[in-house]
Amino acid sequence: MTRQILIDPVTRIEGHAKISIHLDDNGEVQEARFHVTEFRGFERFCEGRPFWEMPGITARICGICPVSHLLASAKAGDALLAVTIPPAAEKLRRLMNLGQIVQSHALSFFHLSAPDLLLGFDSDPAQRNIFGLMAADPTLARAGIRLRQFGQDIIAMLGGSKIHPAWAVPGGVRSAPTAAQRAEIAQRLPEARATVLDALRRFKALLDTHRDEVATFGDFPSLFLGLVGPNGEWEHYDGHLRVVDSGGAIVVDQVKPSRYRDIIAEAVEPWSYLKMPYYRARGYPAGMYRVGPLARLNICTRIGTLLADAELGEMRQRAGGIATSSFYYHYARLVEILAALERISLLLDDPDLDSPRLRAEAGVNQFEGIGVSEAPRGTLFHHYTVDAHGLIQSVNLIIATGHNNLAMNRTIAQIARRYVKGDRISEGALNRVEAGIRAYDPCLSCSTHAAGMMPLVITLVAADGTVLDEVRR
Amino acid sequence: MAARTFTINDQLISAREGETILQAAREHGIFIPTLCYLDGVSAVGACRLCLVEIEGSRVLRPACVTPVVEEMVVRTDTGRLREYRRMIVELLFAERNHVCAVCVANGHCELQDLAIAVGMDHVRFDYAFPRCDVDISHPLFGIDHNRCVLCTRCVRVCDEVEGVHTWDVAGRGADARVITDMRQPWGEARSCTSCGKCVLACPTGAIFRRGATVGEMERDRNKIAYIVAAREQRW
Repeated sequence: MTRQILIDPVTRIEGHAKISIHLDDNGEVQEARFHVTEFRGFERFCEGRPFWEMPGITARICGICPVSHLLASAKAGDALLAVTIPPAAEKLRRLMNLGQIVQSHALSFFHLSAPDLLLGFDSDPAQRNIFGLMAADPTLARAGIRLRQFGQDIIAMLGGSKIHPAWAVPGGVRSAPTAAQRAEIAQRLPEARATVLDALRRFKALLDTHRDEVATFGDFPSLFLGLVGPNGEWEHYDGHLRVVDSGGAIVVDQVKPSRYRDIIAEAVEPWSYLKMPYYRARGYPAGMYRVGPLARLNICTRIGTLLADAELGEMRQRAGGIATSSFYYHYARLVEILAALERISLLLDDPDLDSPRLRAEAGVNQFEGIGVSEAPRGTLFHHYTVDAHGLIQSVNLIIATGHNNLAMNRTIAQIARRYVKGDRISEGALNRVEAGIRAYDPCLSCSTHAAGMMPLVITLVAADGTVLDEVRR
Repeated sequence: MAARTFTINDQLISAREGETILQAAREHGIFIPTLCYLDGVSAVGACRLCLVEIEGSRVLRPACVTPVVEEMVVRTDTGRLREYRRMIVELLFAERNHVCAVCVANGHCELQDLAIAVGMDHVRFDYAFPRCDVDISHPLFGIDHNRCVLCTRCVRVCDEVEGVHTWDVAGRGADARVITDMRQPWGEARSCTSCGKCVLACPTGAIFRRGATVGEMERDRNKIAYIVAAREQRW
């Protein structure tokens, strides 16, 4: 008799989901499924809109990473105009994306995951949240919140608002910050850098005390996919696609983002609204790949800034090369914040930013446009077709969280096998299953193209469908 | 020209003969909400937002087309009027697909301003969600019928100021649409001179500059009255 454990909803992630754990006749975990239960419909209702409006509309997909959609959409618009945008516009877009990476990664690490990591997976669930963290370590909690604010303020400086700025447009950007605004951001960099270096120091100490979690939180071979620069360096806004296997071998490299369909195919399962992309050449589901901070650090040859490259070297040394455990996502996130801060520092002094030329002007020159950028959670694709006047005919969005879907399912199965015993779910096991998902920092409102908080239920269901146990938050 | 004296909201007002209640009220700084009214073109009394109460009259009168009469007693801000105005604005929102957050006119929209002015915190009617087209076949401008409130300012400014009459209204009731020429795509409307006066006149994001993104459609609607005044002085 097989049985099922259901976790519904999953907490401290962005969006709505539930987890079901299926047990076999011997009470052993057979498989685990991560069900995304939101449905959005952006791909449908954007049809018929002028493509110039798409960055503003698609930014509304998400309140955490509106910038990612804004940029991918604006880039798809650049492709429809067939223009190379002015240098100042590209650099300003990069600056906003770096601000986005800082604020989103800070949210994931300090607000959502630090309660598990720093207070303990088995600590009192009533305290295991950002407020518990504030009580236990107010200095760290404050620093984390201020780090996120720093990223948000960069977005606000450029786009006029922290959330949903309609600032990047097809052909470029709408405005540039003043020198005084840039100087104000620059003088806050040392504090931000100190915060992330402190968090890195604390996290590295956890790697030694959490060997069990490192080994079970999604530690398996998979492919890793993301954008890299022309020489394989870390990239977050432009560049070409690279896929690396868990041995570090490059599977495919320098693929033009517009050719993404050559290497990525999508499968659909009846139990989730979230599509299951896979690496086409290896088939479904063997073509499982991961994206996001861990993937970006695994595929790049170097980051290109001093402090971040030193941290990348240490991370690779600790992981023994390619980091295959998704527990390392947290690590990679902190290294990426550091990398982003170093690049922000360089960009703020760039004389190109003083150029008044910010927006390329053109008509509709291509009927198909693909925009790709690295969202905090991974590679984001916006693919539009338009009619001769520029009205949207079709929209395909491949969202970072979607890429990780197969890997997230594999991760929760691995954690469940280690921590779920018999037909009851202990609180610690419940939290570890959720934390396995949290490592990916999934954004489900994005990936199903909802709003609201994420509560959690796990249900344990027997082979005949009877619910053995249900845990609800 | 003879003067007329009357009261608005108990305030003694002096106006010229032939002036409307709206004109007299504005000259004295009294706010009456309007939507279809536009300085420089004829008034049509279509939107009903400027309805006022006149003592002795059982029906409400649109201030934009009602001339002042000696000793009339006008009220512009009663509970009944406030309720009707809010209802009108709600119905305008429910009738088409207005999504301020992603609209080209966000922050510069007379319908949005009206919603705030009448205290519309939500719409009590079911949205109609009609299927409306967007026409961006014109090289410079676009029309999004989702955002059109059928005020006919574009029709009047095109006819009376530009003297072309590219714009008109076709269909009845919920199917009514502003059209260009004989309901051709705007880009194929041969009569259009691309003067852009309709773009200046539009109160919402319905008529916009092609390529405009969220909140970029700022327009100086006083330009129409300026053009008319300048022309009258020269001729």
